[in-house]
Amino acid sequence: MAALDPIHQFQVTKIFTVGHIGGHEIAFTNSSAYMFGTLAIILILMLGASAGSRLIPTRFQSVGELSYEFVADTLRSITGDAGMKFFPLVFSIFMFILVANLIGIIPYTFSVTSHIIVTAALALLVFFTWVIYGFYKHGLHFLKLFVPSGIPAPILPLIVFIEIVSFFSKPVSHSVRLFANMLAGHITLKVFAGFVTMLGAFGALGYAGAVLPLAMTVALTALELLVAFLQAYVFAILTCIYLNDGIHGGH
Amino acid sequence: MEPAAAKLIGAGIAAIGMGGAGVGVGTIFGNYLAAAIRNPSAAQGQFGNLIFGFAVTEALGIFSLLVALLLLFVF
Repeated sequence: MAALDPIHQFQVTKIFTVGHIGGHEIAFTNSSAYMFGTLAIILILMLGASAGSRLIPTRFQSVGELSYEFVADTLRSITGDAGMKFFPLVFSIFMFILVANLIGIIPYTFSVTSHIIVTAALALLVFFTWVIYGFYKHGLHFLKLFVPSGIPAPILPLIVFIEIVSFFSKPVSHSVRLFANMLAGHITLKVFAGFVTMLGAFGALGYAGAVLPLAMTVALTALELLVAFLQAYVFAILTCIYLNDGIHGGH
Repeated sequence: MEPAAAKLIGAGIAAIGMGGAGVGVGTIFGNYLAAAIRNPSAAQGQFGNLIFGFAVTEALGIFSLLVALLLLFVF
């Protein structure tokens, strides 16, 4: 099984060293390279979409308009017009995760979002935007987030405790959901692809049997395409919901 | 019992938790579909809620899968 190690695809390898901070090496890794690649694809797409906008959209322009409308509708339906100032944040996060997920499906590539450090950075960005904007907008009234209205006094301490725990678990679940989905999907793909080579070792009969896991791999790749989009959408929608708590003061 | 065997058994037990998430996700999509067939015009407006409910439910299954993966590959 060692040859078919399904975790190997997530290895971060150094391409070149940028410098040292303290005793730590700051290296340009394959992860950084794929992140730059993701940004380059989004940049080309969006520049192509906005170059010479026409009444009858070009192909680039329709993709740009579709993704804009999609994210804008989601954000507006959850936060109302007050949340539209966060549109650049939500749109950037959505596009980054979507493109990174889609790149990751291509065989032999590295998927950036299957590392907790990347998704945790994105989730913490959202979390701190939410909290800082909430305090800026509502002052100490933001803390009413922890005290839902209409709760009888005897059980209030318990509810406040639960609310605080749920508050701090939000960035954790926000990041782990994306990371674990991508990780699990890629491991499953790798395991099924591994069955193909394992069966191939048994000769002619093995080749015939290997058709089944191969078909399964193709089907799983299609499923992963759906998951890649869905997880980007879920991440964006949760971002909208958290920001809405900051804008409208929660309960 | 050998530690390696205990690790694998533990990972298997942890993966059982995903069954609960399966029930939950099934309930969410089943109920959404039932409601959408009754009132198709209201279905589109609830799509965001559907995905939110799906995400929150699925996260719990993913957590148990994560425990299983950690047991298999990290410890």
